[in-house]
Amino acid sequence: MSAHSVTEPSTASKWLAGILVGLYAVITLIPLLWIISTSFKSGPDSISYPPKVVFQPTLEGYVNLFTTQSRPSAADLAKLPPPTTWYDKITRERGMIISGPSRFGQRFLNSVIIGFGSTFLSIFLGTLAAYAFSRFRVPLKDDLLFFILSTRMMPPIAVAIPIYLMFRQLGLSDTHLGMILLYTAVNLSLSVWLLKGFIDEIPREYEEAALIDGYTRFQAFYKVVLPQAATGIASTAIFCLIFAWNEYAFAVLLTSGNAQTAPPFIPTILSVGGGIDWPAVAAAATLFLLPVVIFTVLLRKHLLRGITFGAVRK
Amino acid sequence: MTDTPADRLARATPQPVAKRIRGLSDRAIAWIFVAPTIFLLLSVNIFPLIWTIRLSFTNFAANKPNAEVKWVGLRNYERILTDADTWANMQTTAHFLIWTIIFQVLIGFTLAWLINRKFKGNDLVTTLIVIPMMLSPAVVGNFWTFLYQPQIGLVNYAVEFLTGIPADSFSMLGPGGWARWAIVIVDTWMWTPFVMLICLAGLRSIPDYIYEAAEVDRASKWRQFWTITLPMALPFLMLAVLFRGIENFRMFDLVVLLTGGGPGDETLLASIDLKREAFEKWRTGYSSAYAIVLFVTVFGLASIYVKALNKVKER
Repeated sequence: MSAHSVTEPSTASKWLAGILVGLYAVITLIPLLWIISTSFKSGPDSISYPPKVVFQPTLEGYVNLFTTQSRPSAADLAKLPPPTTWYDKITRERGMIISGPSRFGQRFLNSVIIGFGSTFLSIFLGTLAAYAFSRFRVPLKDDLLFFILSTRMMPPIAVAIPIYLMFRQLGLSDTHLGMILLYTAVNLSLSVWLLKGFIDEIPREYEEAALIDGYTRFQAFYKVVLPQAATGIASTAIFCLIFAWNEYAFAVLLTSGNAQTAPPFIPTILSVGGGIDWPAVAAAATLFLLPVVIFTVLLRKHLLRGITFGAVRK
Repeated sequence: MTDTPADRLARATPQPVAKRIRGLSDRAIAWIFVAPTIFLLLSVNIFPLIWTIRLSFTNFAANKPNAEVKWVGLRNYERILTDADTWANMQTTAHFLIWTIIFQVLIGFTLAWLINRKFKGNDLVTTLIVIPMMLSPAVVGNFWTFLYQPQIGLVNYAVEFLTGIPADSFSMLGPGGWARWAIVIVDTWMWTPFVMLICLAGLRSIPDYIYEAAEVDRASKWRQFWTITLPMALPFLMLAVLFRGIENFRMFDLVVLLTGGGPGDETLLASIDLKREAFEKWRTGYSSAYAIVLFVTVFGLASIYVKALNKVKER
């Protein structure tokens, strides 16, 4: 028998655990795979019963998502020149013509602007605060840290009305800046706590050496501490981005047209006939999920820490 | 408190001329670094909260900013607490809370316990399992309405395939009492990975030597589980329950997209009712009081719970 520790689980139990967890993973991912596959179905295929697992893939859903279309009369349709692009061809086959872009592109762009804007700002402010909390004697340090954490427990609806009124007064309602500031505030608790943890782990000796070399505090901070904290900053940034990317409550209550992000918009996507265009909705969901899934894979090593931030350690 | 070595060094280091201009004292730097964060949190969190409290004593309506605002004292609170509908919503919320927590803890802990066996490929599988919790609840709610469609959805098809109950004979989101369970299922699907990750942190925190000692004492695996694994992971489990409890008490996005509170009022959670009062009926004063009642309830329950949690931790 090989020498292993007494607590090491046996090979058989490892196999069983692997099979059970694998089974769970398969079942839990079916809804997700179903949405992705629906995005490549034609309208009739998406609502056929029994559900179609094998189907002729098409980009119809994606074309519908990004364009507005109209249905001309058969006579008008016959008069049109032949379609020149692949997406024109897909639309024309269904007796439709593309009359312009849809609003999805704009909403998606809003998500990108607000998501990255607020992430940048919460990392910028969070890093400064975390550095100060980690290295200096700040008056009432523990109280301030707890205060910062407690803001995360605020239910969005409890503060939505005053924020709505305040934003209206300041001219921030339905603007990118307003949403960026709001999401930054929500994310600051996470970024300060996580980043403080990362900076605490960087030995102070590095900065001390830099100070002896004649660096100022600022120089020591951005030339020595920041590069050391880079991985921590990157993973904190992704957590902030995922939150801002996915947020719905504030977005639906405080934005209407100009600064609306994709989450409130996706469920409102309708087909020309007025019903829900499931392939287009599925296409929107798929495009929207893609960055998050990629980030999750990149983030896997830091997941545990990000989710339990500080609370477990305490 | 003593100075940090860096502070002492900073003072001992001869100051170059340039530094006298640029170099601020550590205390000043600390303030400059912390102030923007505190300012932003005060203006976007605390100030609105205080404003909500003030509004809760008035009959203000946000869609009529020019109407005269009357101070109504505690009347909003009185109406909320004596309204039978509020209590019905609280029961719906409790049903949702209790069942999601039961399912998520059972499944999440089991998964963590299995994953802790460190089988081959467990990193990959863990990453895959975690994906649902990283998605947007609104988008998740939206695509589950598709899966729940009675005539075309995957869920009804799966039920017919597995049990023979005809797919068009029931509707998960329609009348018939299934809607409450439909939201419990989606919430469990989405958030079990979160509970699993926290349980995993708990299981990983148990040092190996405890099991080794138990092994020497010839304790059975079963006994080891009940006397070591479970008690030592319990604080983490309770923490997961706390997080999920707070989150689900104010749950909004997922359920709004799935059922919007319907059919009828079957899934009208307190937070959805609040949204209707605030942004559809525009009873701002009343809904501010409602928000404060919910807020106080969450904080009250959470602090009692945290006390219990600390007792468990001290054991």
